[in-house]
Amino acid sequence: MFHIKRKTKRGIISFLILSPTFAAIGVFVYFFIGWTGRTSVSNWNSFARLLKGEFEFVGLRNYFRLFEDPRFQTDLWNTLYFTLFFILGCLLLGIVLAVLIDRNLKGSGIFRNIYLFPMALSFVVTGAVWRWIFAPGILPSNPQGMNLLFSLVGLDFLQWRWFTSTESFLNFNFALIPVIIAAVWQMSGYTMAMYLAGLRGISQDLVEAAEVDGATGWQIFWKIKFPILRPITLSAMIILGHISLKIFDLVYAMTGSGPNNVTDVPAIYMFETTFRANKYATGSAIAIIMLLMVAVVIIPYLASAFRKEKRI
Amino acid sequence: MRKSLLAVLLLSVSLLFASGSVEIFSWWTGGGEEEGLAAIYEVFKAKYPDVEIINATVAGGAGTNAKAVLKTRMLGGNPPDSFQVHGGMELIDTYVITGMMEPLTDILESWGILDKFPKDIMTICSYDGEVYSIPVNVHRGNVVFINNEILEKVGIDEVPSDGPGFLEVCEKIKEAGFIPLSLGDKDKWEAGHLFETVLLSALGPDKYNGLWDGKTSFEDPGIERAIVIFEELIKYVNEDHAALTWQDATRMVFDGKAAFNVMGDWAEGYLKTLGWTPGVEFSWMAVPGTEGSFMVVTDTFGLPKGAPNRENALKWLEIVASVEGQDAFNPIKGSIPARLDADKSLYDPYLTWSMEDFSTNALCPSIAHGSAAPEGFITELNDAVNIFITTKDRAAFLSAIKSAAEDYIY
Repeated sequence: MFHIKRKTKRGIISFLILSPTFAAIGVFVYFFIGWTGRTSVSNWNSFARLLKGEFEFVGLRNYFRLFEDPRFQTDLWNTLYFTLFFILGCLLLGIVLAVLIDRNLKGSGIFRNIYLFPMALSFVVTGAVWRWIFAPGILPSNPQGMNLLFSLVGLDFLQWRWFTSTESFLNFNFALIPVIIAAVWQMSGYTMAMYLAGLRGISQDLVEAAEVDGATGWQIFWKIKFPILRPITLSAMIILGHISLKIFDLVYAMTGSGPNNVTDVPAIYMFETTFRANKYATGSAIAIIMLLMVAVVIIPYLASAFRKEKRI
Repeated sequence: MRKSLLAVLLLSVSLLFASGSVEIFSWWTGGGEEEGLAAIYEVFKAKYPDVEIINATVAGGAGTNAKAVLKTRMLGGNPPDSFQVHGGMELIDTYVITGMMEPLTDILESWGILDKFPKDIMTICSYDGEVYSIPVNVHRGNVVFINNEILEKVGIDEVPSDGPGFLEVCEKIKEAGFIPLSLGDKDKWEAGHLFETVLLSALGPDKYNGLWDGKTSFEDPGIERAIVIFEELIKYVNEDHAALTWQDATRMVFDGKAAFNVMGDWAEGYLKTLGWTPGVEFSWMAVPGTEGSFMVVTDTFGLPKGAPNRENALKWLEIVASVEGQDAFNPIKGSIPARLDADKSLYDPYLTWSMEDFSTNALCPSIAHGSAAPEGFITELNDAVNIFITTKDRAAFLSAIKSAAEDYIY
């Protein structure tokens, strides 16, 4: 009897302590998501209509128009390819660096810090710097940045128009490559740190047992370490995925939309339609589509994590 | 007790701010602009030493970023005391029709200076017979800046003032190994700016102005002609244009890489801060085919309703409207004063030329800089120009312009 009472009391206290947080999240996150959703099905495509607040329900018209819009189609392809190569690049580079540093060679501590440092920068800084590096200049007479470097060491054939190039293959705009390089440069240190933590957590017994059985270094990595690292790979993919689906600052600072929108992403389009063209309804529709894209990635992960927690 | 204490505290804090400061919002952070702003601040400080100026600037070419910040602040009921806005639709369509601005006609009349401004400019800044913002300067959009040294090297004595002749000269410059025309359209509006000057040349000032009041149809063949000329023109543009901003492009003229740059005459202020003297290292002319027309870009300041320090905002507007303030600001910024009674001797040869044209030419509102059309139209046009430069698809460009006009102009 007494026991139950104490439990309810504790329940009430914890509820009281948590309720401000719940209220704040409820208002500032979920209410505004709802509000954005409401705006996205309205006719608020001008400043005047928005301010007057005369709500007119137009159904999914804003969404249909978006999917017919060639710029938005480009944006979706760009997001797809950017996400794909960004995640692959970060994971590959991350695991290679982690394995190298895990060998505990001399100076590996310094390199670990060097690889981690880019993560401490904001995407805007990274964007500005890589814009200078990849600014093509005028080829062939007046190269800049990377192209200048290539011409100094006699690798002129590598010179390229980088993020101003308009070539594409299967809807993949090659101009995205420099952006992907910059993003991978920034975030691969992070995946390295995650993998490193994972590698350090693998029990030495397993490795030794495998060695006794005569496994080669490669077999140990591929058959033992890598499967153990799988949950880390999954977490890294989720974190990188939601960054890349929402990416704005890096692209905005580095390349902008690019010629014919070759480096445009939904977030930039959302910013322009909302704050430049005053089309709040269309902007909200883009925001909701971005939210759904991220949800597709995050929700299964959260669900599985939740299930696991329950089991424990 | 506690409540009243709090009220007193709040009141005193607000009083402190009311007597102490004025927040001026602008996007003047570039070369020439920042110094000009500082100069007009000096005039203000000399007259009102006890008022502190909060200089709220947001960097970004032509105010593209600043405008987004401003909109959020205005929507959220947190307006600055006074803000920079291009006279015309950018002010009227976005803030006046929505009832966010205070009319200034009576105030200007009480200062006795309403008739000191040209009528055309005040019309741009008005809605329903009331003036809503005070123009501090006038820029000209349709100007070509010319690197004299390159012309000398190539052997061109005079740049023809007609479109076809200009293209021939461009060809010559290209053959000599220079870039004929520099462009930096990373932020998109720069390409829109170039296109609007071409549009003006193809339509002429009357038809161009008619687009905005419905007297000229968007079916006019002049628009198609403009697209053809524009396509010819961008063949002579530096190929890395998408990586550059307008400053980078103007700098190509300064660095001796490009012969011409079409930009508003803020580029003149920029060239001067880089160390050039007008008429010596560089010269200028109206964009070929637009002689006799003056593409107006005017920066104005208005008074938002609910300005936290209204009294100080009025003091600021008085300085903005004064000859003293305009003559401090404009020679440095590289623009001409909006007032007709300013001291002409303060201005450099370029600006004197521009003042002369301003008083005699046909005045045309700029699209890219917010005077002619609502912001939704501008965004769609800039987008269409940006796509056209890559795809060269004339039909798609034309239909994009028409559909934007249908959405926003008619």
